[in-house]
Amino acid sequence: MNFHPNDVQRRARVASGILFLTIVFLTGSFFRAQVLQHSQYALASEKNRLREVPIPAPRGQIYDRTGAIIAENIPGYTVSLLAPGEDSLRAALVRLSGTIQLSDAGIETVVKRFRRNPNRPAVIFGDASFDLVSVLEEHRIEFPGLIIQSAPKRYYPDGPAVAALVGYTGEISEIELGQKNYSGYKSGQQIGKAGIEKEYESRLRGQEGVRFVEVDVRGRVVREAGARDDLSPEAAPPLYTNIDLDLQKFIVSVFGDSLQGAAVAIEPKSGEVLALYSAPSFDPNRFVGGVKSSYFDSLMADKRRPMYNKVIEGRYPPGSTWKLASAITALEDSVVKLEDHMPTPCNGGFQYFNRWFKCDGGKGHHGSLTLAQAIEQSCDVYFYQLGLKLGISRLVAGGISIGSAEKSGIDLPDEMTPVFPTAPATEYYNKRYGVRGWSPAVSLNVAIGQGENAQTVINMARFYTAIATDGQAAHPQVVRGSSEKERLFELDSANMAGIRAALAGVVLRGTAAASRIEGLMLAGKTGTAQNGRPEEHKADHAWFVGFAPADNPKVVVAIMLENGGWGARSAHIAAAIIQHYLKATPKQLLNTEGN
Amino acid sequence: MKQRLVPDFTLLALALALSVFGIAMVYSAGQTDVVTRVTSLWHKQLEWFVLGLIAAYLASRASVRMLDWLTPPVYAVTCIVLLLLVFIGKGFGTGASTKSWLAIGGFRLGQPSEIAKIVVVLMLAKVLAARRDAPKSLLDLWQPALVVGIPWLFIMLQPDLGTGLVFIGIFFSMLFWSGCSWQLLVLAASPGISLVLAVSTTIWGAWFLILIALVVWYKPYVVESAIIIAANVVMGGVAPLVWEKLNPYQQRRLLVFLDPGSDPLRSGYHVIQSQVAIGSGGWLGKGFTMGTQKRLAFLPAQHTDFIFPVVGEELGFVGVTVALVLFLVLFLRCVRVAGRATDSFSSLVAFGLVSTWFVHVLINVGMTLNLMPITGIPLPFFSYGGSFMLACWIAVGIEIRISGEGRGKADTLVI
Repeated sequence: MNFHPNDVQRRARVASGILFLTIVFLTGSFFRAQVLQHSQYALASEKNRLREVPIPAPRGQIYDRTGAIIAENIPGYTVSLLAPGEDSLRAALVRLSGTIQLSDAGIETVVKRFRRNPNRPAVIFGDASFDLVSVLEEHRIEFPGLIIQSAPKRYYPDGPAVAALVGYTGEISEIELGQKNYSGYKSGQQIGKAGIEKEYESRLRGQEGVRFVEVDVRGRVVREAGARDDLSPEAAPPLYTNIDLDLQKFIVSVFGDSLQGAAVAIEPKSGEVLALYSAPSFDPNRFVGGVKSSYFDSLMADKRRPMYNKVIEGRYPPGSTWKLASAITALEDSVVKLEDHMPTPCNGGFQYFNRWFKCDGGKGHHGSLTLAQAIEQSCDVYFYQLGLKLGISRLVAGGISIGSAEKSGIDLPDEMTPVFPTAPATEYYNKRYGVRGWSPAVSLNVAIGQGENAQTVINMARFYTAIATDGQAAHPQVVRGSSEKERLFELDSANMAGIRAALAGVVLRGTAAASRIEGLMLAGKTGTAQNGRPEEHKADHAWFVGFAPADNPKVVVAIMLENGGWGARSAHIAAAIIQHYLKATPKQLLNTEGN
Repeated sequence: MKQRLVPDFTLLALALALSVFGIAMVYSAGQTDVVTRVTSLWHKQLEWFVLGLIAAYLASRASVRMLDWLTPPVYAVTCIVLLLLVFIGKGFGTGASTKSWLAIGGFRLGQPSEIAKIVVVLMLAKVLAARRDAPKSLLDLWQPALVVGIPWLFIMLQPDLGTGLVFIGIFFSMLFWSGCSWQLLVLAASPGISLVLAVSTTIWGAWFLILIALVVWYKPYVVESAIIIAANVVMGGVAPLVWEKLNPYQQRRLLVFLDPGSDPLRSGYHVIQSQVAIGSGGWLGKGFTMGTQKRLAFLPAQHTDFIFPVVGEELGFVGVTVALVLFLVLFLRCVRVAGRATDSFSSLVAFGLVSTWFVHVLINVGMTLNLMPITGIPLPFFSYGGSFMLACWIAVGIEIRISGEGRGKADTLVI
């Protein structure tokens, strides 16, 4: 080797320089990673070790107008599993199925939930029983990543009595997750599926909290708490409704187990819905946290359709209850006056060209009647002639203006739009039957509420709130809040009083005379509508829409009994409901200003 | 007349500081949420450290003459042991896929390749010191090449890519210290450079032009020039074939070095988690034993190859800087020792030993930040491993001896 001291010193300087520069370079690289890119790596490290376990927020309580509880929350449990990957999740679930009952289909559902949100614990049971939880707690050590979370569970103390009204909650579905109005939602969360729960989902939802658990590289939960401060869930504020739970329960008791149909009670001036019931009902509590398929299948198989809200989804020919629309249209257009007679008196029917239109209302013949009397007796012959006098165009236009072609606007989901001709009427019928396919005879049917006319119970009730007041009607409102009023028709006060007197006459001496109540002026109109399915050979649907007291209406009640046979039967039920309501001290809305 | 040696206390203090720091990190590496065998390994590391101190004392008592005299037989024995390992070696720990362990009757004695590094340094120093001048042509390099080549071949057969790389590092740095010109070093290294650059034809083409220019400038013998150019062409062309011959895990490691994001959950996982551990440490770190990447087992081999990320995660940039500066000061001190040595053999030994450490630090620390490929090279004084700790301290003992025999007083010199 070249060992001259100068050369050695030179090489030592070169070597020292290389060493120095290398260490400086390494130090610089660490400075870049640890100081300049720190936040990025710190985040990656947190992501590695922390998993978010959602803490469900209690849904807002739902109260009736007096502060009685319609929907509340009771303690419950959810069971979920935190896994680093799909394979290990599946393996853990298969092992779990040895301890608790878990079907293959159940495992697939959990895996699907996991795929949606791999960083959240996959929900196994949305509503676990205490027994199940205690079994799992015993075996907890065998299942790292198993998360048992106490979660508020929805409970409806009156169950089936309020089902049509309040709806129920359930786990958000795959389809709903893809919808825009559920954009902030995550798989496994509970949402309102029907009724108030669905309509007011955003107000009832609350703010989900988060608990952070620490996991190791295999996804095993190492620390349950304290890894980072939890975010507490925020309960949603309570929701106050206009419902009178006492009246609601009375209606349920009147329907009992045998009757099938719809009932709604509305405060006419404000549009506040006091009660709303669809019979038969179902138990919404059994839907919370996942409905058992045996129960759901039995509901779907029931021909009386318990899951179908007959107040807002059912559409029935309104029958004679609709005669008031024809009468009011005629009075509004000054075609007739209340005391006017029609040229042909009723002798059990009406000959129009080669067709005989019979009068179902009377026991033989009504004779010559005034409009007021025709309403009382529900005389078809009078209304046939009124229909001819008005003409189809004005009949249809009048029907549309009183709201027969649109939804009532009640604050409940899934309301159906009624079936009704569109204006102008001639165009509608030309399109439907061809220009030569129809004749002015359609006016006869339309005038008595038949033909292309199927109304929801809530829509008919709304129309009668306008009769009970001054021609204006609010949109029916279940939850407290102001509702816009709309004018459906305009009559002078003499005519309004006359109409109401005629409706009072229906109960005093007319078609609903059997439902007369001493000391109470009840007004209303019966209706009998042909069963849409004649092949069932079942009785007709029975309507009654009315209000009381007749001179100062405080409540409008609409009753529709499927296969009820005869409108007077519905009138009887309505009378009992109204009597119950008015006899009890009128309930003022609970003052919630303090809250 | 007996001369009393003054121990190089600065060098000793630096090595002690690094060892204490290192053992503390091995202790911390065992502090995981799920207890593993790593938890108690720091006891063993402490035992090996004590053994290392004894070995260092003994090494410092042996004169350089004696080392010089002992070198050839020790080298021969080492080569035989390495050859035997190819047949009877066992895989274990981080070296599970290599046959690097010497075991007798199921009892693991250690990894002879760690001691072999020192022996190769000694033998190479003896060969180079025997020459009057520095090697001037490639033909002059046949002896040194053979000294390193034989054990290197056996090591590569284990196969232990990391230790093989260290041998190459030792070879070139000691040639440099013996006075070889840089042009000759580049020409000697050129086939290897060609092999690496063959990944891209364009880059290799550019390199080849530079090589031609260098040959024209340095003017080696015609035969040599022809051999160099031929070797480069073969390596550039043969490289893809060699690539085929590599083990899948070696291919993966090289590929991951080129692109760590390519398969983050498998091969690139180590590098990414290492970088996350280091980066999340910040200025001051998460606190001693508190590193979450390590605690929750996101960091692999946290007590051996990836112990430096534990320093980065728990003690932050400050801790990393302290460790790197300790290494730098130790290295500069050892270069001084080499520069002050009274004879060429001890000078070469002193430089060879420090360059061995340097290659380890560069590759190990570099790979934790993805600046170097993952080759499984331990970090001196830090990584858990008995043979390596022992080898490091034997080297410290030799350095102290050479420092004591050197010109001037060790303690009057500034590093």
